[in-house]
Amino acid sequence: MHSDSALIEEDVEEYLRAHEHKTLLRFITCGSVDDGKSTLIGRLLYDSKMIFEDQLAALESDSKKVGTQGDSIDFALLVDGLAAEREQGITIDVAYRFFSTENRKFIVADTPGHEQYTRNMATGASTADVAIILIDARKGVLTQTRRHSFITSLMGIKHVAIAVNKMDLIGYDEAAFTAIEEDYRAFAKGLDIEHITCIPMSALGGDNVTQRSAKMDWYDGPTLMTYLETVEVENLTQERPFRMPIQWVNRPNLDFRGFSGQIAAGRIEPGMEIKVMPSGKTSRVSKIVTFDGDLPEAVAGQSVTLTLEDEIDVSRGDMICASEHPAEITDQFEAHLIWMGDEKMLPGRPYIMKTGAHQVPVSVTKLKHTINVNTMEEHAARSLVLNEIGVCNFSAERDFPFDIFRDVPATGSFILIDRITNATVGAGTINFALRRASNIHWQALDVNKSTRAALMHQTPRTIWMTGLSGAGKSTIANLVEKKLHALGKHTYTLDGDNVRHGLNRDLGFTDAQRVENIRRVAEVAKLMTDAGLIVLVSFISPFRAERRMARRLFEEGEFIEIFVDASLETVESRDPKGLYKKARKGEIANFTGIDSPYERPEYADLTIDSNKMSAEEAAEKIVALLMDT
Amino acid sequence: MLFYYLQYILPLDPRSEQLLYMAAMNTLTHLQRLEAESIHIMREVVAECRNPVMLYSIGKDSAVMLHLARKAFHPSKLPFPLAHVDTTWKFRDMITFRDKMAQEAGAELLVHINEEGVKQGIGPFTHGSALHTEIMKTQALKQMLDHYQFDAAFGGARRDEEKSRAKERIFSFRSKAHRWDPKNQRPELWNLYNCRKHDGESIRVFPLSNWTELDVWQYIYLENIPVVPLYFAAERPVVERDGTLIMVDDDRMKLEPGEKPAMKKVRFRTLGCWPLTGAIESSADTLPAIIREMLLTKTSERQGRVIDNDSNASMEQKKQEGYF
Repeated sequence: MHSDSALIEEDVEEYLRAHEHKTLLRFITCGSVDDGKSTLIGRLLYDSKMIFEDQLAALESDSKKVGTQGDSIDFALLVDGLAAEREQGITIDVAYRFFSTENRKFIVADTPGHEQYTRNMATGASTADVAIILIDARKGVLTQTRRHSFITSLMGIKHVAIAVNKMDLIGYDEAAFTAIEEDYRAFAKGLDIEHITCIPMSALGGDNVTQRSAKMDWYDGPTLMTYLETVEVENLTQERPFRMPIQWVNRPNLDFRGFSGQIAAGRIEPGMEIKVMPSGKTSRVSKIVTFDGDLPEAVAGQSVTLTLEDEIDVSRGDMICASEHPAEITDQFEAHLIWMGDEKMLPGRPYIMKTGAHQVPVSVTKLKHTINVNTMEEHAARSLVLNEIGVCNFSAERDFPFDIFRDVPATGSFILIDRITNATVGAGTINFALRRASNIHWQALDVNKSTRAALMHQTPRTIWMTGLSGAGKSTIANLVEKKLHALGKHTYTLDGDNVRHGLNRDLGFTDAQRVENIRRVAEVAKLMTDAGLIVLVSFISPFRAERRMARRLFEEGEFIEIFVDASLETVESRDPKGLYKKARKGEIANFTGIDSPYERPEYADLTIDSNKMSAEEAAEKIVALLMDT
Repeated sequence: MLFYYLQYILPLDPRSEQLLYMAAMNTLTHLQRLEAESIHIMREVVAECRNPVMLYSIGKDSAVMLHLARKAFHPSKLPFPLAHVDTTWKFRDMITFRDKMAQEAGAELLVHINEEGVKQGIGPFTHGSALHTEIMKTQALKQMLDHYQFDAAFGGARRDEEKSRAKERIFSFRSKAHRWDPKNQRPELWNLYNCRKHDGESIRVFPLSNWTELDVWQYIYLENIPVVPLYFAAERPVVERDGTLIMVDDDRMKLEPGEKPAMKKVRFRTLGCWPLTGAIESSADTLPAIIREMLLTKTSERQGRVIDNDSNASMEQKKQEGYF
């Protein structure tokens, strides 16, 4: 039995040629048992002659046994599958049905309308082009209608048919239908559904399902079947920039290296420039390889294998993108999350995210709010339970390529997998990447001096060496840094002369400028200590007050003052840079020890007598002091 | 062909510019979309599973599945072996065809027979269809999966075959004991398949889930895929028993008094163990003729299978027990 038996009878090859060019439409039906949903699907199958005689015989006998329609055929029995469900009279899962007409093949996702099964509806909707939402004409727009519409909108379905069913029970009343339509359209304004078609029907009687209803001659829109056959599902994904997540690297031998995947968006032809994300490496497509020969072009939806002109590193999970408009990469993003796990979702708990062919550990850093699927109201919450929907900030363990769900659903969607049970516990749609700057708050909370220091396995400190020019501060500091470095410590040296070449080049040697010189150096040393480093400061720093000021910037025990003591005679005899000579001649003004005072420290943590001790011994002593405390 | 398509839609929709634009947009046909989906599924399994296998049952669905696999991994060879559970009661034509196709595809072919069952002399005539299927098919399949430690097995089942199949996932998870729990299956969203599993657990994967019987035949016709000659009508020796035409494929069938094999022009809509597979009288000896007959027929595909007839829920029970 089939809808165009005549053509099949006469010329089956002509029929096959015609049917070869059918397109595919996937749709979801939403409604509860009471809305007559199963009856509607049964009716579509029956009217499109997809039911065989043996099935019909079984249906007739079942209808009498367990049917709800007396001696008439109970179409609902055609679509209820599992034994347990049959007894309960409800569908508890997503079921897929198939039928076709001259123009299209249809795959119907049949999902239940009960509140606890948001999960199933989202699942069915994820692969649908169109949603049919049933409304009982006696009841109008109900809470469940809003719920179905919201999930439909959330899952990115742009075409919705509102099937106002059971018109027979309200006397095929046009005014009642119009009121429901207006009510629905007013509600749907707040959603992201672009095309809405309202159809008055009676699935039980077959009115406006496939046959135009004589009882509703006031209605001049399409029947449901006409709608399904003609609804234009814009192929927008083909217009988007090219995207293909790499599923598998095809390497039969050393001479061939292809990248296999299903094109998620756009089109591609040999010669086109591509960029591989997240690495950002570019090349050109050499060939589009298939079993049926190389293709001149391929478009979204096709599964192909690409070869590239250059030998670049590409592996599973990478995404081949149009070079000029590559996918974004991020490790922080906001998404809508539908929770499908029996255990609740907890922020901070790690899950595995699968997006494209990429798997990456993620956690929710912030549950911004949940959304009540019935009222669309937002509520604050600490966790998500089964069938709840929330808006969350996510943090991924590493960068991954993605698009915004609205732009390219195939690369903007993800599932979450529980690390222990391996169950699929969540489904998400990416709203946008979070700019890193907006995470300062989060960073400041969690990463601080002690976590940084812990990462470096050291106690951050500032070792402040004071003393006359030529006393050996820089030489000793240099040796100390070498020794610490050898011990695996992270260090930095701030040297008086070097700092005056850069940061403090605007400062001279007046007392005020010397104070400013020390202030700046002390602040820099503090930042570096905060970063976790061991900082060596080698500065004459002649005044006690400034050294005290510096010490006050640090925590107790963090600032170590070392006095490198050498007599004026000693340093004048060393005079490595010839500065004392110049000062004595009056060529340098305000030189410490000559015409500017040096205030000896009163409470240095360590005093090095460089008159007697070698630089090497002094360095040993300082390192020992650091390691002890 | 485009003409046919436009001709049909144009009177219904005056926005012809939009239509021509859509035609230029390379809208994929339903078969192209089904093909791309099946290939995507197979590649995911190969990329994520340790040791996959394709259960090759020689019929038309397996023929399409094998063809799609060759497409999925071209120019590489199949990255998994083909496995056939031989109940020792398959049509001889099927075995010949199986060996030829495996060779042509350059694929490794593993054949498993439940030797314990053979020793006990299990067969459909002596032990009935239920026990025979349980021991020689279901048990044998488990033995094979355990022996080779396969963690993923492709099967050619379709959702349109039977009511409980309509709710089967594309990726169907089985416990260590190969049991299927209809209440504990993973939701499948978009084309993101969760292949993760614990050691010892396995996945049955059905890449043809969204194909219908017509899609399968149409694809075979379009792609010129070889199928077992038993699908085509020919003169064959048959015996009518309990209203079913059984083809006498070897001398293991004990004829009842009054039974006598007669030559009839018959063919098969499905293929399995010959004593359990009913033939239909037909003159369809070309693919278009088969499709024509299928489209105009009044009974569903599985009606020729003896296994389904016990009760409406029988397939579901068998599935829970580990039947494919």
